[in-house]
Amino acid sequence: MADTIHTSIEDERKFTLNFGPQHPAAHGVLRMIMDLDGEVVTRIDSHIGLLHRGTEKLLEYKTYLQGMPYFDRLDYCAPMNQEHAWCLAIEKLLGVEVPRRASLIRVMFSEIGRIMSHILNVTTQAMDVGALTPITWGFEEREKLCVFYERASGSRMHAAYFRPGGVHQDLPQALIDDIATWCEHFPIAMDRIESLITENRIFKQRNVDIGVVDVKTIMEWGFSGVMVRGSGLTWDLRRSQPYECYDELDFKIPVGKNGDNYDRYVCRMEEMKESTKIIKQCIELLAKEGPGPVLPRDSKLAPPRRGEMKNSMEALIHHFKLYTEGFHVPEGECYAHIEAPKGEFGVYLVSDGTNKPYRAKIRAPGYPHLQAMDHLSKGHMLADVSAILGSLDIVFGEIDR
Amino acid sequence: MSIEALKDLAAHIEATHGDAVRASQIVVGELTLLAERDHIVPLLRFLRDDQQCNFETLIDICGVDYPERSDRFEVVYHLLSMRMNHRIRVRIRTDEETPVPSATVLWPAANWFEREAFDMYGIQFADHPDLRRILTDYGFEGYPLRKDFPLTGNYEVRYDDLEKRVVYEPVKLTQEYRNFDFLSPWEGMTSQIPGDEKAVSEEASE
Repeated sequence: MADTIHTSIEDERKFTLNFGPQHPAAHGVLRMIMDLDGEVVTRIDSHIGLLHRGTEKLLEYKTYLQGMPYFDRLDYCAPMNQEHAWCLAIEKLLGVEVPRRASLIRVMFSEIGRIMSHILNVTTQAMDVGALTPITWGFEEREKLCVFYERASGSRMHAAYFRPGGVHQDLPQALIDDIATWCEHFPIAMDRIESLITENRIFKQRNVDIGVVDVKTIMEWGFSGVMVRGSGLTWDLRRSQPYECYDELDFKIPVGKNGDNYDRYVCRMEEMKESTKIIKQCIELLAKEGPGPVLPRDSKLAPPRRGEMKNSMEALIHHFKLYTEGFHVPEGECYAHIEAPKGEFGVYLVSDGTNKPYRAKIRAPGYPHLQAMDHLSKGHMLADVSAILGSLDIVFGEIDR
Repeated sequence: MSIEALKDLAAHIEATHGDAVRASQIVVGELTLLAERDHIVPLLRFLRDDQQCNFETLIDICGVDYPERSDRFEVVYHLLSMRMNHRIRVRIRTDEETPVPSATVLWPAANWFEREAFDMYGIQFADHPDLRRILTDYGFEGYPLRKDFPLTGNYEVRYDDLEKRVVYEPVKLTQEYRNFDFLSPWEGMTSQIPGDEKAVSEEASE
């Protein structure tokens, strides 16, 4: 008799909870079906795809150049980093070399993108565990970066600034000077934000020893980026498989120790400081090497100058053909990868030799990270779910594509 | 990763798993193995566990559609070794019915990647623990990334004010979908210029 009463009480403790898809801690549109035992999570079934826009299908119907702006809309926290992967994939198949100045500008804006993404992540993660001030302080800095995006490309978010072979336009010197000034000021702002979060008792209680990632988990679940570095592995594609001019730049790779939420937070903070250093070095190199082309000269990738088009029939035809037919990419396949703020962002590109990609698969870092949500949250309390979700750094633009 | 090292690696894999690997190629500095579908799991296990290969991280699994082939789908695996700092790509072929052995026994991360390939192409995976749709809508029909699936889709949704809910309706386009073909006959096409096939068929009928 006592046994039956006991089991019925056991059963009463178990229930299923629906989380999202509209929930401020879901960082977008995530729906999770959570099985709970009291307050302890026993299983999470994530339902994704609520932001699925068919990017990969659309890419197959657009020329390579027309497909580029779709990449801004994947991880919209760091738009130019995604464009970078797309351009690298096309360049790999075409075999074109990027002019030096364009390479420096690309690296500079990739690092600006990294800071934009990390600011957003660490401050929203703080908000998920109850701190409301960091996000307002962080977004003040982030807005300045958005302005740099706007001054370079005309758009503060969906920049469409990178081009296969380089970048769209050269930067005005005033903008480079302003970025240099910002680099001096940013570490001070970082210190202020850090003073709010890093030693905060509540933040630590909510994040230390929560969502611990060990090496086995990393390998089994296909983790990359900060999720790997937070656990003490020195793995950064900028260092291990360098692209652009990262091999010439001097920067450190911050690694964590325990692989918990808190270590990942600290890694992101340190990475922002390293990114600031990289931006400074790029500015120095830009000044040292002086003006130059930002798109390969005499190639079919770059549009002719307006003045040239007024005088040369060939230039006019080239301009028309570039923006209607686009350029052709030789038949073949390649996989281009970058160290995006969230991890390894890759593009698997299959070309059939025409002006449109035959298949473009986008490998988003957040996809395997979110997949491991069930594995990471099992045995944690309900309140830890949003803390873990925050430290995974997921954005639904790239997961749902 | 130098080309020589990749060649050595390819030779090493082919020497030990000759029955599973049909061919290997190195293009733009990337090693690709064309493998046999039925041997894919032992091959991937070898690539993961072998000391020289050590591809411990599964980067991606995706499908590619070639409707004109009898085995219309390709399943492409991308693997990475953080320790050895090299990458590999493994390609296998399958058709609409024949299931591909699931890689979830090797990496739990394969779960969602295979679900996505199933969702987008209808590729079947044998012994997959949870082969449900993942990215498309609840109750979605068809496989959107197949080349014969229309770009506009088949159904559109709107909020119906009378019924006070979202309703699904067949896609109605106010004008025909314009698919611009800018391929110039001089550069884009390789075999025949449009119209030429008439001359050939007349000659043949004579």
